[in-house]
Amino acid sequence: MSYTSHLRCRQCGRTYKLEPIAACEDCWAPLEVIYDYDRIRSEVPRASLASRPQTMWRYRELLPVAGEPWVGRSTGFTPLLPAPRLAQALGAREVYLKNDAVNYPTLSFKDRVVAVALSKAREFGFDTVGCSSTGNLANSVGAQAAAGGFKTFIFVPADLEPEKVINTRVYGATLIKVSGNYDQVNRLCSEISQKYSWGIVNVNLRSYYSEGSKTLGYEVAEQLGWRLPQNIVVPMAGGSLITKIHKSFTELQKLGWIEPASTKFFGAQATGCSPITTAAKNGTCEIIPQKPNTLVKSLAIGNPADGFYAAKMILESGGAGEDVSDVEVIDGIRLLAETEGLFAETAGGVTVAVARKLIRLGRLNPEESIVLAITGNGLKTVGAVSGELKASEPIRPRLAEFEEQYLNVHATASA
Amino acid sequence: MPITIRIPPPLRKYTDGADVVEATARNLGELFEGLDQKFPGIKKVLCAADGTPQRFLNIYVNEEDIRFLGGVQYNFQDGDEVLLIPAIAGGAPGDALLSLQDGNR
Repeated sequence: MSYTSHLRCRQCGRTYKLEPIAACEDCWAPLEVIYDYDRIRSEVPRASLASRPQTMWRYRELLPVAGEPWVGRSTGFTPLLPAPRLAQALGAREVYLKNDAVNYPTLSFKDRVVAVALSKAREFGFDTVGCSSTGNLANSVGAQAAAGGFKTFIFVPADLEPEKVINTRVYGATLIKVSGNYDQVNRLCSEISQKYSWGIVNVNLRSYYSEGSKTLGYEVAEQLGWRLPQNIVVPMAGGSLITKIHKSFTELQKLGWIEPASTKFFGAQATGCSPITTAAKNGTCEIIPQKPNTLVKSLAIGNPADGFYAAKMILESGGAGEDVSDVEVIDGIRLLAETEGLFAETAGGVTVAVARKLIRLGRLNPEESIVLAITGNGLKTVGAVSGELKASEPIRPRLAEFEEQYLNVHATASA
Repeated sequence: MPITIRIPPPLRKYTDGADVVEATARNLGELFEGLDQKFPGIKKVLCAADGTPQRFLNIYVNEEDIRFLGGVQYNFQDGDEVLLIPAIAGGAPGDALLSLQDGNR
């Protein structure tokens, strides 16, 4: 059973039936799925969740899928890890990592949104699905569309990391490399969606797709013992995830599942592609598009679809936007790996490095609880760190050689 | 300057279903005015009262986002192709979707 009632334009409020459309006809603004919260509150007590499987679908009443999920039934409920050694390195008291680097099936938070989008595609009767992607989405659509029996077209920028190309093609998807950056790929995909009746997960299914991101927020609250963190740092590409985590926290309060509380939202980008943080730092929500130039390809969206709302929400929450250089990103990846044993992709490096910068700048209070959203796995972007981490020359299998080279112990002549 | 404009599905109710229209305009302001004379009512969907394009409508000239070309200051060249694409693009509700599906069979 679904508790969704209709779609509503975020800007002008015009309502639409639950159909595969993403933008308002009058003002082009995104459409938001509306739920019957009164009915959820009266029919779904929080305690009823306790006995449900530990997946994102334990919050199914807050997702726009009417029946059983068609794909991604094991997705979500990734660990929320206390990170004491990272906290110490950052000079903070209480830091947690929401580890979507181990999400199922393709090791990024995109598994959540794709599980919803393709289940919805099935309900709408699409036999062909697709997406434009900076990599993680491509991997997840590839895998879950294969499991769901869809025909699949996936469009990516031609310079995508080889790991992400292989991790898409292996599932049998048709992968189309496009000469140009993500924004150009996305424009092509939009034109295609206007002509062919396909379920493009981040275009005409976007209203449903993006709802999947809320489950990351529900999980953080539940894993903290049904309370909200005082601060959360979230990487931003199109800006959807951070706004949906905010929506999830608001919904939990609306349902009475948590006590009223406020969380400050901090949006993280790479300086080489920072349209949202640039706006937020200037105290505005108006996004000026950029041409991306960063090794953080998963966040390289110069014309972010939800940038306006992300910047607005960050500012209203009392948080901030901040960006870091590619060098700081690599430092962030290594700091996270060396302190907590978690290898994140470049977006995770952005999040950690931005948290460190915000604490140093006095914008993020190190005495309060801080959650860092780690959204993708380092094994997908090994090229980013491989230059610095080349293995040393081999030694011969001799104890003395090991001691000399690695322990600085020099053999002494024995009598 | 004669230019061509590709019309996305949600706007085709203004253009009698045409997906490509021709116009003569020197800049965006003239384009919006010219289109509105030909297709009354279309202007308010394209831009705000002060002439700035709608926030969630992306406008491309020969595949480049017009904001990288100067935005409302950009001077159209002969033969420019203008694309109007919703920032969160795609789809068409209800009947329009059904007719699209029919068209693809």
